[in-house]
Amino acid sequence: MGMESDENRLEYEETELRLGLPGGSLKREFSQTIDLKLNLNASMASPPSPHQQQEKITAKPPAKAQVVGWPPVRSFRKNTLAVQSAAAAAFIKVSLDGAPYLRKVDLKMYNSYQQLSEALGKMFSSSTIGDCGVKELMSESKLIDLLNGSDYVPTYQDKDGDWMLVGDVPWEMFVDSCKRLRIMKSSEAIGLAPRAAEKCKNRA
Amino acid sequence: MAYSFPEEVLEHVFSFLSSDRDRNAVSLVCKSWYDIERWCRRRIFVGNCYAVSPEIVIRRFPELRAVEMKGKPHFADFNLVPEGWGAYAYPWIAAMAEAYPFLEEIKLKRMVVTDESLELISKSYKNFKVLVLTSCEGFTTDGLASIAANCRHLRELDLRESEVEDLSGHWLSHFPDSCTSLVSLNMSCLGSEVSFSALERLVARSPNLRTLRLNRAVPLERLANLIRRAPQLVELGTGAYSAEIRSDTFSNLADAFSACKQLKTLSGFWDVVPSYLPAMYSVCSGITSLNLSYAAIPSSDLVKLINQCQNLQRLWVLDYIEDSGLDALAASCKGLQELRVFPSDPFGAEPNVPLTEQGLVSVSEGCPKLESVLYFCRQMSNAALIAIAKNRPNFIRFRLCIIDPQAPDYLTLEPLDTGFGAIVENCKELRRLSMTGLLTDRVFKYIGSHAKKLEMLSVAFAGDSDLGLHHVLSGCDSLRKLEIRDCPFGDKALLANAAKLETMRSLWMSSCFVSFGACKLLAQKMPRLNVEVIDERGPPESRPEGCSVERVYVYRTVDSRQRLDRPDFVWTLDEDSSLRYS
Repeated sequence: MGMESDENRLEYEETELRLGLPGGSLKREFSQTIDLKLNLNASMASPPSPHQQQEKITAKPPAKAQVVGWPPVRSFRKNTLAVQSAAAAAFIKVSLDGAPYLRKVDLKMYNSYQQLSEALGKMFSSSTIGDCGVKELMSESKLIDLLNGSDYVPTYQDKDGDWMLVGDVPWEMFVDSCKRLRIMKSSEAIGLAPRAAEKCKNRA
Repeated sequence: MAYSFPEEVLEHVFSFLSSDRDRNAVSLVCKSWYDIERWCRRRIFVGNCYAVSPEIVIRRFPELRAVEMKGKPHFADFNLVPEGWGAYAYPWIAAMAEAYPFLEEIKLKRMVVTDESLELISKSYKNFKVLVLTSCEGFTTDGLASIAANCRHLRELDLRESEVEDLSGHWLSHFPDSCTSLVSLNMSCLGSEVSFSALERLVARSPNLRTLRLNRAVPLERLANLIRRAPQLVELGTGAYSAEIRSDTFSNLADAFSACKQLKTLSGFWDVVPSYLPAMYSVCSGITSLNLSYAAIPSSDLVKLINQCQNLQRLWVLDYIEDSGLDALAASCKGLQELRVFPSDPFGAEPNVPLTEQGLVSVSEGCPKLESVLYFCRQMSNAALIAIAKNRPNFIRFRLCIIDPQAPDYLTLEPLDTGFGAIVENCKELRRLSMTGLLTDRVFKYIGSHAKKLEMLSVAFAGDSDLGLHHVLSGCDSLRKLEIRDCPFGDKALLANAAKLETMRSLWMSSCFVSFGACKLLAQKMPRLNVEVIDERGPPESRPEGCSVERVYVYRTVDSRQRLDRPDFVWTLDEDSSLRYS
């Protein structure tokens, strides 16, 4: 029993398992099982393995996604391994002023502010501010331009609960201390902007 | 003949029978033996909590002291059983609280245990001694506090791999100063820090303590003090095995270990700093069981430790050991009986360590007593499996998990049928088998023909047709548990072998081709089976009868009532095939 056309396939498999018709090949393909899960959950890909950080930035899901209960490793072991692995996940909430929903990103998946900004740009690209504004947001070198011209300021809340401007500290330090990310409208960033501007002055 | 011995004499004779099988046999001899036996049975094991009801158990065995029970099917470990399915301990605990005031031991596996249950246990049984909760869930550290506070004669508190809601470490401090009876404490699954001084005092006042398994929150710096207070320990589970490298910490630890002359089992080893491993060398020659399956350290360090443990019988380790490490193991540990190799990166697509089928082949060659294996790897060949089978005809348990479950023989690209066929053909005492890889109906034919002592079989993504299932059900004479996922097995084989299912504990099939109609028919034909359709898509009747169910769980039961605690995604079918759902 073949799946004739791709457009039928997703709908059919969404509603029921394949039936065992006589004479047909009944083998359930593991890879097709994966495709099933991936197609249904394209944007909700499960947390990737720490060893595949590079691939995660692109939209394509990993080749071997997680099928429920496979491989047969017990939760206690999975959780313990996850905590122990060097690049343990660091999911934080990201809010963009004006966007209807908050998002979550795993900071450990990126190696630089640039990569993070690209990912966020994709994530929030459907919001009304448009790609341009968000993508340019986090570029360290463009911070000054941002503050002078842009509508948005990237801020984060650190371990001590203070709201800081993104871009001051080296990337690794940022990942360690960042608890939340908020991309603020600059009209609201009054308290932060003067400090940042001063820092920029000192740099120049 | 039966009436020529007074009851007391028969009772005395029966008291030498500890095996359930023997006691069951005895109770079948005649009515009076049945009666005498049931009054003097003190321990029971219930393999499936739904196979019988508390009332039936209590009615038959009025004087129990120890109850051991299992709940959810094995695949629940891998999230294949939806949350809320069942296996609640409370009804049992409540019924037994009334019936068995002298109950001493409760051991539960894969059951849902609440704080309420734990509190009831702690208050109902004056002489309660042993609580073992393996892979259980549903309780918090508050429940543990009740046990600690109220069970005056507690000997064992073992929370093996249970999921406990960890509110705080304060529960440990509830053990009264008068409690000196502790023999075994396993808190390794807990997250919170307990009061270290309370722990030290508890250990110090427990002269009979043989097993102490700490949790990760106990730092290495504290370990020496704890061990020093319990040099009689036989089983030790460390906490986090890492600290700043300091010579005083090291020598302290080494001294403490050297006083432990009876140590046989070591486990724990989270966050290992390899430099501290030599602190244990003084005890290694006596170690028979080593669980390093959480130790993310390189092969060379693992090998150095293993080489110290010449008398090792059981090793659990991560695949960081690599093929080379397994070669070393095969050379050093000639008494090895059990090996488990776990994946360090189970979800990675590519191999992250050089561990292949070769490691398993080496160990099977070098270790003549090896009888139990659990091995995760990323490639396998028929040649390797055949070699392993020829090397080790004494296997009792063989569980192989290839990360890509439909991986063929990587050398020939053929199915792994002949490899597994060799395993079942050569290993005549095989009791448990888990298979993965590209497998056709042929492997099931081999299993049905040869695996006559096989009791438990786990199958995933294998087979071509109903014939596969039929081979197993019709051929495996000793089969008790069969669990299947994602295989093209359906109605025909199931219905043709319906009678077989009554000789087994249970059958689990998920993501296969079993139709609702077949489930109804099976339930109709076999009144002593419970046929549970576990389907989260809504009532099975709302779909065509030929449509496959998500999961079916079939088990024999002497409890003729349907499960009363079913959630709304479980449908059971009774004799007249009318659908019942809550």
